[in-house]
Amino acid sequence: MTGIEAGAPPKRPRFVDSAPYHPDDDPTDGARPELDAPAWRLALRRLMRHRLAAASGVFLLTLYLMLPFMGFFAPYGPNEKDIEHLQMPPQSIYWFDEGGFVGPYVVKTDAKADLATMRWTYHEDHSVKLPIKFFCEGAEYRILGGLFTSKLHLFCAPEGGSVHLLGTDKVGKDVFSRILYGAQLSMIVGLLGIFISFAIGVTLGGLAGYFGGLLDAAVMRLIEVLRSLPELPLYLALAAAVPPNWSSLSVFLMITVILGVLDWPGVARAVRSKFLALREEDFVSAAELMGASPGRVVRRHLLPNFASHLVASAALSIPAMILGETALSFLGLGLRYPDVSWGVMLNDALSLSAITLQPWLLTAVAPVVLVVLAFNFLGDGLRDALDPYSER
Amino acid sequence: MLRFLIFRTLAMMGSLLLISALIFFIINLPEGDFISNQIAELKATGQENLIAEALFKQQLYSLDRPLWEQYLIWLGVAPGEGGYTGLLQGELGWSFELNKSVAEVIGDGLWLTLVVNLAAVLFVYAVALPLGVISAVKANSWVDYLAAFVGYIGLATPNFLLALILLYYGKQHLDLPIGGLMAAEFEGQPMSWDKMGSILTHLIVPTIVIGTAGTAAMSQRLRANMLDELNKPYVTTAKAKGASPIRRIVRYPLRMALNPFVADIGNLLPQLVSGSVLISVVMSLPTIGPILLDALKSQDHLLSGFILLFIAFLTLIGMLLSDLLLALLDPRIRTGARKR
Repeated sequence: MTGIEAGAPPKRPRFVDSAPYHPDDDPTDGARPELDAPAWRLALRRLMRHRLAAASGVFLLTLYLMLPFMGFFAPYGPNEKDIEHLQMPPQSIYWFDEGGFVGPYVVKTDAKADLATMRWTYHEDHSVKLPIKFFCEGAEYRILGGLFTSKLHLFCAPEGGSVHLLGTDKVGKDVFSRILYGAQLSMIVGLLGIFISFAIGVTLGGLAGYFGGLLDAAVMRLIEVLRSLPELPLYLALAAAVPPNWSSLSVFLMITVILGVLDWPGVARAVRSKFLALREEDFVSAAELMGASPGRVVRRHLLPNFASHLVASAALSIPAMILGETALSFLGLGLRYPDVSWGVMLNDALSLSAITLQPWLLTAVAPVVLVVLAFNFLGDGLRDALDPYSER
Repeated sequence: MLRFLIFRTLAMMGSLLLISALIFFIINLPEGDFISNQIAELKATGQENLIAEALFKQQLYSLDRPLWEQYLIWLGVAPGEGGYTGLLQGELGWSFELNKSVAEVIGDGLWLTLVVNLAAVLFVYAVALPLGVISAVKANSWVDYLAAFVGYIGLATPNFLLALILLYYGKQHLDLPIGGLMAAEFEGQPMSWDKMGSILTHLIVPTIVIGTAGTAAMSQRLRANMLDELNKPYVTTAKAKGASPIRRIVRYPLRMALNPFVADIGNLLPQLVSGSVLISVVMSLPTIGPILLDALKSQDHLLSGFILLFIAFLTLIGMLLSDLLLALLDPRIRTGARKR
C-alpha cells in the first residue's frame, strides 16, 4: 500500500469555501431560479421570446374567450335582415363635424334601385347625422348555447339609420355581425375536430406502438390506406351521407366528427413511432418490473415524454380542420342555413359576379386567413419552445 | 430491383382492394339509393309505366341484394344479373341519373384529370426545387423571406378563393381565359397544335392554384434539408478543392437533400388531387371533380364509387412511382426492402 502512495502525485490542499456553513440553510438558495424553474415555465419563457408566436397565441386566446359573447360585439343578429339596405357597400363612420370631434356617427343612407344596371345605389345624406348608440338593446342573442339570453349590444344602429361596417349581402344581412357569429362555429370545429382526431390517434397509435405485433401491422395498414386517399373527395363522400333532414346541431357535430376521423392517421403515426422508441428505455423496463400496469406505464411514463410534441402538432393541425370546414360548406355539403360559419358566408360570396360587384362579401376570408396563420405561427413557436434542446 | 418492384406492386394491389371496400361502404352510407328514391317518386306521381324500367335496372345492378354481394358484383368477382360483369372485367357500371354508362359519362374527364394533376406536379417540382435551393443557400435574405411569406399565404388562403381571384385578375390584366380546359371551338375536335395551345393557356391558372400550397410546403422542406447538408464538412472540402459555387451545391448537397424531396410526393399527391377536385368545381373544369360532386349529391353511387376509386388509384400509382424513383436515387432503400 505504501508503495502506491509514494508513486501518487503530491496531494493538493482541498478547497474549502471560507464562507461560514449553516446546516439549516435552504439548499436551493443560491440556485439559479431563471434556469431551474419548472419545465412549463421555461417553455413559456421561450415561447414569449418568439414574438410572432406569442402574439398569435394572445390573439387566438382572446378570440376563443370572446366566442361565447360574440352577440354582444355584433350590432345585428346572424340572420337579421335589413331590407332597407340590400347589397350595401361598407358604411363609413364619421368622427368629426365642422372641425370638431363629435364622436362616432353615421349619416342617413338611402337605397335607390338602378333599373338600368339592376343594382342598388346608395346615397349619403350628410344633413341627417345619427350618432351610434353604445350599450344598447337590440336583437336577442344566446350565450353558451342558450344558457343565458341577452339583448345588450356593445353598439347598435341609431334610430332610422344603420351601421353596416362591412356592408350587407343580397338579403340585407350584416356582414360584420355574421363574421363574428361565424367565428363561433368555424373556430369550434377546429378544436372539437382536433380533440376527436387526437383521441383516436393517440389510442390507436399508442396501442400499436406499445404492443406491436399483429395489432401494429393492422393499424399501420389502415393508416397507409387512409393516408393514400385524397382527403377532400372522402370528406365529400362522407358529408354527402349526412341526411338532409338533420337539425343544424347534428349536422355540425357530424361534420366535426368527419373532419376528426379523417385526420387521425398522422397523429397515430407520430405517437406510434415515439412509443416504439420510448418503450425500450430503461425507465419503462424499471416501471414494468415494479409491476406497473400497461395503462399506468403509458399514462405516467410514456405520454408525458411527448405530450409537448402533441400540443405543437395539434396547433399545426387545427388550420386544416378550419379550412376543411370552409371547403365543405363552400361546396354546399357542410353547414347550411340557418347556421352561420365562415364557409357558409364564402359560399354566398364566391362567384365572379360577387367579386366584381360586391367585393366586400369577401371580407369573410380575412378571419380565416388570420386564424390559420396565427395557428401556424403558434404551432411553430410551440414546437421550438417545448423542445428543451432548441438553441433559442 | 425487380423483386422490389413486384413487392411494391403487390402491396399496392392489397391497398387498392381495401380502399375499394372502404369506398363502396362509404358511398352506400346514405339511406336508400338513386333507384329506390326514383321508384318512390314514380309511385308518388303515379307514373306506373316507368316503374317497370326502374325495377329492371334495380335487378340488373343487383341493388336489391345485401351490401356485401353488391360489392362483390361491382368489383366483378361475383357474377351479376343479365351479363353485368363488374369492374375487373372492364364494365364500369351505369350512371342512373344521367342514364348513360359510367364509361360514357367520364370519357375525356379521366384524361383531363390526369393532365391537370400532372401539370400541377410538374409545376410544384419546377418551382419548389429552385426556390428551396435558393432560399437555403441565401438563407435569411429577401428571397428567403419572400418565399416563406408566399408560402404562408398559400397555406392560409382557401384555395378556391385563390382560384376565383386569380381567374378574375388573370382575365382582367393578362386576358387569360376563364373556365373550361379549352376554347369552345376545339371541343370534340381532334388534337392539333392550336388545340394544344388552347389547353395550355387554360391550364395556367388551375395549375398555379392547385400547386401553390404544395409548392410552399415542398420548398420549405427542401430548404431545411439543404441547410442541414450545407454545413457538412464535405461541402467545405468541395469549396477548398475549388469547385465552382454551382457545382459544389448541385453536385453533392442537393443530391443528398433530394431524397426526402422525392419521397414527399406520397404526401403531396393526395393533397394535389384533393385540391384539383375542389378547383375543378370552382372553375368548372371538365375533369371528374364536378361529376363526382353531382354524383355524390344525387346518390348516383356506381358513378361516384368509380370516380373515388380512380382518384385513389391515381394517388397509389403516384406513390409507387415515387418509391421506385427513390429506390433508383438511393441504393440504401433498395437493400432495405430485400431483407424483408
